[in-house]
Amino acid sequence: MIIGSIRDGIVIDHIPAGRGMELYSYLKLGQLDCEVALIKNAESGKCGKKDIIKIGAPIDINLDILGYIDPKITVNLIRDGKRAEKLHPALPDTITHLIRCKNPRCITSCEQELPHVFRLTDREHQVYRCLYCDTKAEK
Amino acid sequence: MKTRGLIDIAELSTEEIDVMMDVAEDIIAHPQAYSELCKGKKLATLFYEPSTRTRLSFESAMLDLGGSVIGFSEASSASVSKGESVADTARVIECYADIIAMRHPKEGAPLVAQMNVDIPVINAGDGGHNHPTQTLTDLFTIKREIGHMDHLVIGCCGDLKFGRTVHSLVTAMSRYPGVKFIFISPEELRIPEHVRSEVLDAKNIPYMETTSLEDVIGELDILYMTRVQKERFFNEADYLRLRDSYILTPEKLISAKKDMRILHPLPRVNEISVAVDSDDRAAYFRQVTNGKIIRMALFLKLLGITK
Repeated sequence: MIIGSIRDGIVIDHIPAGRGMELYSYLKLGQLDCEVALIKNAESGKCGKKDIIKIGAPIDINLDILGYIDPKITVNLIRDGKRAEKLHPALPDTITHLIRCKNPRCITSCEQELPHVFRLTDREHQVYRCLYCDTKAEK
Repeated sequence: MKTRGLIDIAELSTEEIDVMMDVAEDIIAHPQAYSELCKGKKLATLFYEPSTRTRLSFESAMLDLGGSVIGFSEASSASVSKGESVADTARVIECYADIIAMRHPKEGAPLVAQMNVDIPVINAGDGGHNHPTQTLTDLFTIKREIGHMDHLVIGCCGDLKFGRTVHSLVTAMSRYPGVKFIFISPEELRIPEHVRSEVLDAKNIPYMETTSLEDVIGELDILYMTRVQKERFFNEADYLRLRDSYILTPEKLISAKKDMRILHPLPRVNEISVAVDSDDRAAYFRQVTNGKIIRMALFLKLLGITK
């Protein structure tokens, strides 16, 4: 399978195999007018299989979302057909509006205006908990 | 967050708790010296669900400091019944009061209130989540009854799955050296995995689990009894089957240490026989008084008032 190279844009690499579509949705890539390619189950020397997303325009990427999905994801910024920069998203301390609290007893279940905020409580095991009720986020 | 109140017991350092307990001891020794310290201050008790004893404890504490009290004791009498958000209610109350004590059936509601006001908000219980002043009450009672907080064997008995007071007590007591826990419950109501892994295992604190109170009662310095709460069950049959799992009687106390202390967050239903009440080891009614005193110390801390 051949997917053309990008002149100016972004390549999100080392996405855990099978999670590319989830990332596509989180980043709202379906709303873009530029070329976007999602490659599933690409061969990878490091991790066996991986997903890759190529975006044919230099858009702003929310690195917190990538860090939450997997901090091993890499972001390559492409300019004039060459990699100009390689970013490594970190595990964010808080994530807002990315995931929703599923605890029916949480205040967010009845007050719709409240932001859904999760904070990192265990960096080693990548555990996020709801700011309000401490319910563990399910990845 | 604008001002510091008390939403979760974890917000308080061990030193801060120690200072509050010292103030509480001084209140007991010299109540007159504290009787007007909060003159001109107003407590708002915002109770979205009924909890008479907790509300009265907060209100008595403020009155004994010379302050005054406003508030409501159920949601139907509040604007929430008209659809007002917690944030808006808190902002309105902030115009009238100096400090808020909030009880709410939804977890995180007091935090939302605190995020929106400049006066301290105290969490007086948010669903099955946190109830930090109950934990302060438990800690102060242990300090008063035993004299120290370290090197204690603490038995927690009854509903350890849904009992938030047990989870908070385990978290708070795990700060003190040499503490060991024994969890006594039916299989269905075991202490949750996250308390075991994130508090006990994470800090290498020794603990054991058993289904038999009689087997371990002789080892305990503290026996913390809890009620099997009907409102935590979806199934009436399960509640009825487990309700009477552990009932403390004078006969079971025969093999307990002479200086063991029995605590209970109250109200009890039938998990402690009334015949136990006259035993010196029964500390649960003294615990109620301690709850009011430690809340007085908390008001003083959060309002920045010293003697």
